[in-house]
Amino acid sequence: MKIAVASGKGGTGKTTISTNLARVLSLAQKTQYLDCDVEEPNGHLFLKPRIDKTAAVTIGVPAIDENKCTVCGKCRSICSYNAIVALGNCTLTFPELCHDCGGCFRVCPSSAISEVRRTVGEVETGRADKIDFVQGRLNVGEVLSPLVIRHVKKYIQPDSIAIIDAPPGTSCPVVQSVKGTDFVVLVTEPTPFGLNDLKLAVDMLKTLNLPFGVVVNRADSGDRGVFDYCSSELIDVLMNIPHDRKIVEAYSKGELAIDVIPELKPEYLNLFTRIKERI
Amino acid sequence: MKIAFSASEQSVDAPVDARFGRAHYFMIYDSGSGEWQQVENSPNLNAVQGAGIQTAEMLAGKGVEAVITGHCGPKAFRVLKAAGIKVYTGFTGSVSAALAAYQSNELSEISGPDVEGHWQ
Repeated sequence: MKIAVASGKGGTGKTTISTNLARVLSLAQKTQYLDCDVEEPNGHLFLKPRIDKTAAVTIGVPAIDENKCTVCGKCRSICSYNAIVALGNCTLTFPELCHDCGGCFRVCPSSAISEVRRTVGEVETGRADKIDFVQGRLNVGEVLSPLVIRHVKKYIQPDSIAIIDAPPGTSCPVVQSVKGTDFVVLVTEPTPFGLNDLKLAVDMLKTLNLPFGVVVNRADSGDRGVFDYCSSELIDVLMNIPHDRKIVEAYSKGELAIDVIPELKPEYLNLFTRIKERI
Repeated sequence: MKIAFSASEQSVDAPVDARFGRAHYFMIYDSGSGEWQQVENSPNLNAVQGAGIQTAEMLAGKGVEAVITGHCGPKAFRVLKAAGIKVYTGFTGSVSAALAAYQSNELSEISGPDVEGHWQ
């Protein structure tokens, strides 16, 4: 079972929900936590895993043999990412702009292009107590987060409950993270910003035709906008987390909320039950 | 010889655009005929990535031999250098004043990029 935890707005509590949910579930069943927020993975701060393996994520970029290149410009024409320039007397490549489509290798009539592997990120795997821990990390300055996310998701085991911690927003990395999951938990906060971005995330999930429900964090603060929207759109509010100083203090120390406030455990189990009912 | 000036409007009185890859227009002066050519840079201006690279390639394709602009980043500079185009940066006045400064050898050619990529 694959459950993604996403949000429109950043900082609403995706990592809080996904790490606590993973920990609670891992006490009774085989559980994975996969951090797909590859530009800034932070689940490790709370789960404190032991990393056993690091695998590089690489792409194939073109290297041009100047002796064979006739500067015909075919590779340049097929490149949608402006990674190749054909001047009158030479062909230049910009590997940092390449998206690894493979087009240039195929269209070169003189076999002048060979593939060089370039590292853009990594996937780390290990254990956090009973949790099978996986996290992706995109190298600074790189842009191919969806690729790193795809590599993270390759570690999903069909016999586990996989909790996927998605990046914020509604763009390609989020789509890549939630794609193929059985259910998406949208974490929001009861503020105008939370509501605005929740609507965007709901539109995205409706387009992707994925089942979803909402968790409202700091539910007793802010205003009623998120709740009114959910009830008028018939969206399930699966869980309300109160604005509790103890939760914030635990978070600031990198502790899991359920370890500090054990009464939260049944709340998370109830969240899981409600998700299962929908799948 | 053709000399290209990045320009914020299609006029020799317009200021030299500080940006190279995402300049709105290029004014190209042909010293042989004394004529000006105006080039809209909108396809490159709106490129998701590689605007400087594409702009440099476009100018090379037009036979330009010198570029006068505000700043030039590393990727654009690499293409301009490979194409044998001389690059002069840091000019802030009008295109016509830049041409006059160029013709009286007041501009100095750069030997490397003068800014990082995506500087603005």
